[in-house]
Amino acid sequence: MSIFFKHKDIFGFAILAIFIIILPVFVESKYHYIVLNVIGLNTIVVVGLNLLIGFAGQISLGHAAFYGLGSYFSGILTVNYGFPLWPAMLVGMLATGVVAYLIGYPSLKLRGHYLVMATLGFGIIIKILMGELEQFTGGHDGLIGIPQLAIGGLIFDNDLKNFYLIWSFVFFSMLTAKNLINSRVGRALRAVHGSEVAANALGINTADYKVKVFVLSAMFASISGSLYAHYITFISPSSYDFYYSIQVVTMVIVGGMGSLWGSLFGAGVLTFISEALHFAKQYHIIAYGIFLCLVLIFLPEGILVGIYNLFLKRKAQKHISTD
Amino acid sequence: MDLSQQIAQYIITGLTIGAIYAIVAIGFNIIHNATGIVNFAQCEFISLGGMFMYTLVVHINVNMIISFFISMAAVALIGALIERGPIRHARSKEIIILIFLTVGISGVLRGAAQEAWGTDNVGVPAFSGENPIHLPLGAVIVPQHIWVFAITVLVVVLLHYFFKKTLMGKAMRATAVDRKAAALVGISVNRMILLSFAFSGGLGAVAGMIIAPISTTSYDTGIMLGLKGFAAAILGGYGNFAGAIVGGIILGILESLGAGLISSQYKDAIAFFILLMVLFLKPTGILGYGESERV
Repeated sequence: MSIFFKHKDIFGFAILAIFIIILPVFVESKYHYIVLNVIGLNTIVVVGLNLLIGFAGQISLGHAAFYGLGSYFSGILTVNYGFPLWPAMLVGMLATGVVAYLIGYPSLKLRGHYLVMATLGFGIIIKILMGELEQFTGGHDGLIGIPQLAIGGLIFDNDLKNFYLIWSFVFFSMLTAKNLINSRVGRALRAVHGSEVAANALGINTADYKVKVFVLSAMFASISGSLYAHYITFISPSSYDFYYSIQVVTMVIVGGMGSLWGSLFGAGVLTFISEALHFAKQYHIIAYGIFLCLVLIFLPEGILVGIYNLFLKRKAQKHISTD
Repeated sequence: MDLSQQIAQYIITGLTIGAIYAIVAIGFNIIHNATGIVNFAQCEFISLGGMFMYTLVVHINVNMIISFFISMAAVALIGALIERGPIRHARSKEIIILIFLTVGISGVLRGAAQEAWGTDNVGVPAFSGENPIHLPLGAVIVPQHIWVFAITVLVVVLLHYFFKKTLMGKAMRATAVDRKAAALVGISVNRMILLSFAFSGGLGAVAGMIIAPISTTSYDTGIMLGLKGFAAAILGGYGNFAGAIVGGIILGILESLGAGLISSQYKDAIAFFILLMVLFLKPTGILGYGESERV
């Protein structure tokens, strides 16, 4: 994969890097670190999911399952079988990729929205298995004592270290996504999204590209899930329900489908809102629902791009009226 | 109870729940045929039907039959409002956007229902008594099971009549086949879409109300029933009217047998496992995709 960066992109990534490095200076409490780290974890999932929704034009309502597979592979392999940490994460990622391939291949071969149904069903099955396969997963009580990650002697045992770890992964996942978008694969995907028939006629194997991007997006979710498991050191099935799948989809839409920087924005804003509403968990569903509806009705391009477009339109109208 | 008795009992239970899945699946199909979208708010129609019925019957002491029709009309109205409001005013008409929009609407309705009724499971009295009826083969059913079958059959017959014999039903079918052509012959396509949402709302409410006395109801009872109704629609052939009924009944029986004979913990997983298998092996469903027999 070659790196064809536009100047704008280099600028964006440089700002992101600087931002990540200096942000901890302004962070005071442990709570703020947790919020930032959760934003980071969600961003990784959202960036991957956005490749699928924004570029392949396909819907997944089962990303909680892929996120969960990452968590549980890491958790089970390290706790129950004493696997080394990073290889466990790698195994989790590859296994999730294989599972995603098995689901994606038959459902993406067909025209239409079969993937949404397959992922939905798969998500519910995985959630049930997490609760019922007690001898492996610890059942509904969850799995405790997952070791913290370490590189050599450096153990990621506090929130600051985990902040840098998680956000490095965010940085590299965004870089990978950007590279993909700017590559031949990205152009092919955009062609598929624009017109599947036209793309097919140009010799693009549309189904093949869609399956690949689906597998990749599942692997992003799996990595994020592994990081989550090692960071929080405790996992239970309730973190991986249908609601989480909806949450990440909302983040993609609020940030703008097909917008890489929008993914960061969407994950940031909505994770923040979730946390702000922490005292009233029952309002989460309704808040997400209203947010999702408003953005989809009025700004289907996402908040940032949508407002920018409205601004351009207004400017153009003013221009005409003054003429 | 010997095995044959047990199996007879499981099949009765399966038929009952299968009838519910069939009604929900028809609701999914009607909206799919009119608009091409998957309406996730269908799940909420089921919950709302059950909860309206509960409020009217238990709290306000309204007559059962009147409550039934009021709840059905109320949810049909909500369905119509969903179309008249968010769906029609969405700036983008892309299918993917509209599907996500129904997911959002579903969240709003569920959140509102949770505020209104809390999270407890509540019971609704049976339509006519609780005295069990003994059937041959040793199976036992309560009168509510008969109500479920009777109402499902009635709903199917009425819908069949509506879509085949009435002008409005034919107009809806024409819209499903080709929107542009329908508009050209003077059918108000928007009104047909509005109508399909109202129909789905009403059907969802009926499903929620007739199952409530058997399995109790709550603000989110419709999620599982709705998603399994969706699975039933796929199993029968998405968009296919007869397929919805066949899919619902088969799914209900397989789930009930699986839960009884294999493991009840995996009851919910069985339905979705069947869904995945259908998608992989015969994605057009048992009776095929609804090209020939669209409602």
